[in-house]
Amino acid sequence: MKNRPSILLIAASAVLISVVAIALIGNVFSPFAVTDQNLLGRLKPPAFLGGPEEYLLGTDRIGRDMVARLVAGLRMSLLVALAGTLIGAIVGTVIGFLAAHFRGYVEEGLMMLVDFQASLPFILIALTLLAFFGNSLILFIILMGLFGWETYARLARGVVLSATSQPYAKAVTSLGAHPMRLYIRHILPNVASALIVQITLTFPQIILLETSLSFLGLGIQSPNTSLGQILGDGRDYLSTAWWISVWPGLLIFVITLSMSILGDALRDRLDPMLKVRTT
Amino acid sequence: MTDTLLDIRGLSVPLPTGADRPFAVKDLSLSLSKGEILCIVGETGSGKSLTAFASMGLLPTNLPKPSGEVMFEGRNLLTLTEEQRREINGRRLAMIFQEPIAALNPIYRVGEQVAEAFRLHTKLSEAEIKQKVIDLFTEVHLPNPREILRSYPHQLSGGQCQRVMIATALALDPAILIADEPTTALDVTTQAQILRLMLDLREKHGTGILFITHDFGVVAEIADRVAVMRHGTLVETGPAKEVLLNPQEEYTQNLLAAVPRLQPKVSRSYLGEPVLVASKVAKTYQTRTLFGAGRKVKAVDEVDVTIRRGETLGLVGESGSGKSTLAQCLIRLVEPDGGEVTISGGKFSGLKGADLRAARQRVQIVFQDPFTALDPRQSVRSAIAEGPIIHGLSPAEATARADGLIEAVGLDPSGGDRFPHEFSGGQRQRICIARALALEPELIIADESVSALDVSVQAQVLDLLAEMQERLQFGMLFITHDLRVASRICDRIAVMRHGKIVEQDEPATLFANPTQDYTRKLLAAVPGRDWQTNPTRKAV
Repeated sequence: MKNRPSILLIAASAVLISVVAIALIGNVFSPFAVTDQNLLGRLKPPAFLGGPEEYLLGTDRIGRDMVARLVAGLRMSLLVALAGTLIGAIVGTVIGFLAAHFRGYVEEGLMMLVDFQASLPFILIALTLLAFFGNSLILFIILMGLFGWETYARLARGVVLSATSQPYAKAVTSLGAHPMRLYIRHILPNVASALIVQITLTFPQIILLETSLSFLGLGIQSPNTSLGQILGDGRDYLSTAWWISVWPGLLIFVITLSMSILGDALRDRLDPMLKVRTT
Repeated sequence: MTDTLLDIRGLSVPLPTGADRPFAVKDLSLSLSKGEILCIVGETGSGKSLTAFASMGLLPTNLPKPSGEVMFEGRNLLTLTEEQRREINGRRLAMIFQEPIAALNPIYRVGEQVAEAFRLHTKLSEAEIKQKVIDLFTEVHLPNPREILRSYPHQLSGGQCQRVMIATALALDPAILIADEPTTALDVTTQAQILRLMLDLREKHGTGILFITHDFGVVAEIADRVAVMRHGTLVETGPAKEVLLNPQEEYTQNLLAAVPRLQPKVSRSYLGEPVLVASKVAKTYQTRTLFGAGRKVKAVDEVDVTIRRGETLGLVGESGSGKSTLAQCLIRLVEPDGGEVTISGGKFSGLKGADLRAARQRVQIVFQDPFTALDPRQSVRSAIAEGPIIHGLSPAEATARADGLIEAVGLDPSGGDRFPHEFSGGQRQRICIARALALEPELIIADESVSALDVSVQAQVLDLLAEMQERLQFGMLFITHDLRVASRICDRIAVMRHGKIVEQDEPATLFANPTQDYTRKLLAAVPGRDWQTNPTRKAV
């Protein structure tokens, strides 16, 4: 078995670490606050292309520093994606466990909900909910959490059913363990790898979803900003000031790609059965 | 022995670097003559199957190339090209496998699969091929060959599938038949028939048979010569009678000593009050189809069982007889449809929720496969201590009890922090036994608990169970398909068939005077049943 991670995997991890680092301390590259406007310095190109040297990556249509904007947008996008992924993972996993435990009508009902969700394009659900309830950050994050829960539910139900049919689960039951103990201490650790892999696959999808909605103007609203929103802002200036859309686009691209590579690698590695014997 | 068919000279199969030993098979020399049955016996990891695979050119592709020679009809089988290999395999050399159902393609009718051998290697017409296949099916004693021709593998029993595989192997009248544990997955009565068939074939066609097995009973039943392997090397070879009755090597002597004798255990007299009283336990399974209720199967049909303190009741029967379902109903891993179960004086059936969970400490189960019976992510000590903790013992006391048990079941006391995958199969089964004993149960159910283990390990685990029972006086329900094992450990044996216990008695009485035809059939089917107790009766 190969133990050395591939170059691709190392690169992907490096990218993700630097992205998180930028989100945390990226402000040191910019002397400006995210809201600072400079109407005389509108649509200036990045410093290395002849723009003013205090604007490393150029300015947008009302003269805000792109670096400051990107750092703020990145923070928001990561926060929304992270919160959304976790909400979806927890809700979906709990539903999957419930379905696998109760079987019968409960299972059929829950799985019908799953099918219902899976058969509707999520963007349609999102647009409808946003149209009815208006937009707020909390609502938006919950909405992102609704995305993908059905894949966790299906996955969790499947892996839990197969894990509970293993003799060790029967043995624990016959020790007299409460079902909660069985699920939390024995089944969950054994199926966690599958769920973690699913998380790494959903995360980029949520980033893309947030981007699409914000691009359409239905997502994150000013004065907050996100990568998708910046991307949408630059739409009208693509021919004159391409940097407004290209920087956030590039960031989204490397984040989703690296996350997917990492997820694939995790799927190959996290299976305890594949581990070599240690003695 | 002049007519040598297959001559293996200095065969070595290397393993990839990082494996537990450098060679899977090392410097092995063996020969097989025309019309001879050579049994290769050995425990798990002895390299017996890889020897067969090397001869057939079926070695896993991740292994380095084997060295040495396997001479057959003047050619070295190890150096054949793909094309030469196709020419020989199937036509001159044929192989049958352990899992007959898995070795048949599920989407083709079995007749087609046998016919394929003729289509690939001969120019016969379709009608001729069909006739050939029917003849073959008749020869391997398949009932209604014309109907079976059109059946799919899933419509046949395991024994019938193995007959189809044998028919395929014999289609082109090969010089050599290589059989890799062909009867291990089959019931004992089916096994007896297949072994009979092999002997017939050898008689009629003069086929040389290389028969790989772990079961000395089977060896005694059919082998002309035996080769004993261990860790990839040949330990001892010779005529079957010599090796079985007068083994020269210590390893062979130990292996043979570990094979349980088909000899009733002396009954014990000091048995106490009943710990398990079960009456009219029943479980019916109903298959459901799209169009409503399907077939009903009475897996357990109103069975009564009583086990006394310190007593071992053996439950024997073939697969599908309902032994495991009965055990799972008794311990309520499967909810029985009806019946009363009382364990050590307290009612066990009908309990719910917390009462049931509390009562579970009175009865524990040890499963067949020690590789899946332990949570792979839980350390051994924590697995053993879990039961007592659930039932209210403080973690410190439970850990102390677990450490005591690890030692009591014969494991290194420092091994408690390790995880199940770091132990061998026999060691894991000891851990499972320790986990069951940690609750100090009144009744232990051992569901084929030694069936997956090598014979020497099997003997040790059986001894451990007997010794623990002696000390702790629990009652034991011992489920097995192996009458030798049952005769070694059980005080009483119950024979189960079609969900009912058809006969129940002390082993001595049961073996001497079985009242049921079915029991007689089972006893007669035990392979090589006399070779240990009465070696002169049958020329082994």
